[in-house]
Amino acid sequence: MTDQGVATSTASAPLGEATRRHQRRVAPRPVGAGWRQRLEIAFFVTPALALMAIFVVWPVVSAVRMSFYRWKGFGPMDDFIGIDNYRYVLTDEVFTGAVTHNFIIVFASILIQLPLGLAVALLLDRKIRGRGALRTIVFVPYVLAEVIAGVVWYQLLQPESGVIDGLIRAVGLTPPDQGFLGTPDLALATVFVVLTWKYLGLAILLFLAGLQGVPTDLYEAAQLDGASWWQVQRRIAIPLLGPTIRTWCFLSMIGSLQLFDMVWILTGGGPANATTTMATYLVNQGTGRHNYGIAGAASVILFAIGFVMALVYQVFVLRRDTAAER
Amino acid sequence: MRSKTRSAALAVLCASVLTFAACGSDDSSKESGGDTTITWWHNSNNEPGMGYYEQVAKDYEADHPGVKIEISAMAHEDMVDKLDAAFQSGDIPDIYMERGGGELADHVEAGMVKDISDSASEEIDKIGGSVGGWQIDGKTYALPFSLGVVGLWYNTDLFEQAGITAPPTTMAEWSDDIAKLKDAGITPISVGAGDKWPAAHYWYYTALRSCPEDVLTDAVTSLDFSDPCFVKAGEVVEDLLGTDPFNKGFLTTKAQEGATSASGLLATGKVAMEMQGHWEPGVMQGLTDDGKGLGDKTGWFPFPAVEDGQGDPADALGGGDAWAVSEEAPDEAVDFVKYLLSDEVQQGFAENDMGLPTNPAANDSVSDPALAGVLKARDDAPYVQLYFDTAFGASVGGAMNDEIALLFAGEASPQDVVDATQQAADAEQ
Repeated sequence: MTDQGVATSTASAPLGEATRRHQRRVAPRPVGAGWRQRLEIAFFVTPALALMAIFVVWPVVSAVRMSFYRWKGFGPMDDFIGIDNYRYVLTDEVFTGAVTHNFIIVFASILIQLPLGLAVALLLDRKIRGRGALRTIVFVPYVLAEVIAGVVWYQLLQPESGVIDGLIRAVGLTPPDQGFLGTPDLALATVFVVLTWKYLGLAILLFLAGLQGVPTDLYEAAQLDGASWWQVQRRIAIPLLGPTIRTWCFLSMIGSLQLFDMVWILTGGGPANATTTMATYLVNQGTGRHNYGIAGAASVILFAIGFVMALVYQVFVLRRDTAAER
Repeated sequence: MRSKTRSAALAVLCASVLTFAACGSDDSSKESGGDTTITWWHNSNNEPGMGYYEQVAKDYEADHPGVKIEISAMAHEDMVDKLDAAFQSGDIPDIYMERGGGELADHVEAGMVKDISDSASEEIDKIGGSVGGWQIDGKTYALPFSLGVVGLWYNTDLFEQAGITAPPTTMAEWSDDIAKLKDAGITPISVGAGDKWPAAHYWYYTALRSCPEDVLTDAVTSLDFSDPCFVKAGEVVEDLLGTDPFNKGFLTTKAQEGATSASGLLATGKVAMEMQGHWEPGVMQGLTDDGKGLGDKTGWFPFPAVEDGQGDPADALGGGDAWAVSEEAPDEAVDFVKYLLSDEVQQGFAENDMGLPTNPAANDSVSDPALAGVLKARDDAPYVQLYFDTAFGASVGGAMNDEIALLFAGEASPQDVVDATQQAADAEQ
């Protein structure tokens, strides 16, 4: 019956041979099973693919298409201007400034949040009183919606009337005249502090989870050998956390490149473009100024930068982890 | 069986596509069995305005059997976003708000707005000169229902405390008053420079005071900003900034959201003045617990004259909202818009303090004394300049506002403002 099915469905003998050999390896199936399986796959995958196509592929394709036109957001898209939008974006000081800010956030996150997160995770991994409560407190900012956290910090950071200025004045210091967010030289650093407060919890949670995976007998063996707590952390815990740390760095990098919400709420990219990111730039150009072509070009550049960085990171850093698994 | 499964798969595909893509099916202007549905978007989403408009629609429906008006009342920002999306998709509500200027010109060029010059000629005559902002090449595309001018709202109590007897009429007097307020320990002015446009209004006004009227009217069409008066405008703003009159942290202050916004600071008595449009009393009411705003402490004065300025000190900066009808809308929509501009509806509009009516028959219905002052300034102004960002359109206006915000931050010179605006204007052509 199997042979018959194969014979009728294949035209040439060599191919029939190949199929038969292949089918001998797997269990013999009734006629039309291949078709049925394909239909089943189609049936279950189609909705997901359709959603992907509508909400991911199509927007990406239209952004790329948009980036070659001058288009105000309505009417026919027929004013083709080649790569002019890309030229505009790449020579715009505001955009190059935005790229710089994004990279400052990428590196500051890794240089500051990583050691900080690691330290807190190692501390919270010890058996101390109130550990559960402490872990919860550390993680709460991450659970809070970004917009809500942003509005709360915006109010705390108000000059004169804000709580933070009040605290600084209470200990006898002078807060910046225009407030932390209103002073161009301080604004990006202030945004970064708020981001660290918000996202440190995720780093700690991931590292704590990673520490759970370190076999306890390794610790015990080291202790028997007379290793101090510090030596145990440095020689055993942190090296074994490697894959977790590398994954966190990757997530942090991508998040920093796409940074939008917090900046938008705290400063809107100001003062004097001191905190613009690529995402705030493209929103300002698109929905703000109706320069959808320029916004499209900026989004393609943002995608390209993110894609290249992800690829490089994958090849040079994460490959070690995936290779080890195989 | 094969074909059955395939068609089932196809059905699932269609269903998922339909669910997500076809929500925006065209439900406007359905005409079945003589019934006409008109969709109407407006931004009066608070009482009494929202209830008033519902009543207006009901009255109209009662007089016109077979016509149904479907209202969507939204917060202003939401409405602007939804309108942008509607223009992109081409599924535009039958009646919506147009602010005139470059934006309207773009919509007209894309063939999305109905020409109502003939069908509403009577109303156009009645409104008079104010309709000019919604005319292109002699054709009228929308009827303004509220037209206001920007000026300085102030707290009469704080002025008294600082020993200021009369509002300033020149920049020099203003500067003296700012000094008096600071001596009395009062922050003189709040500005929502974080939202950019409130800061830009200062430059617009100094340009209006510095430039002769014909230079401004020419600039709107020629997009030529080479006249030195535009640089002077920036210098006057710089002089004002030199007196350090603004609230702390004004570079990131928002215009009208919450008590720490520029309007909130004025409403709660933290600052003495704020430059805003005619909507300010309404905004302040929403920002105070008792819902009164500054109440009877509210004062208003026009932007002071600029020394050696070539503009008429009585000219005003302003703008308004107009009802436009989309190209595809049924004729009944035009008729309803005409009803919205009738003496009766405009009087009710004014009585509810929803704005400054454009139908002169409703002028006496404006009860609020501060608003009546604004209305007088508007009607006495020999020339009302539409907000530059609206007049020039989003692209040029946005570039202009961004650069003015940099001027406020001390990171751009008066010449930079002119250059950035000119550059954006050149890219447009």
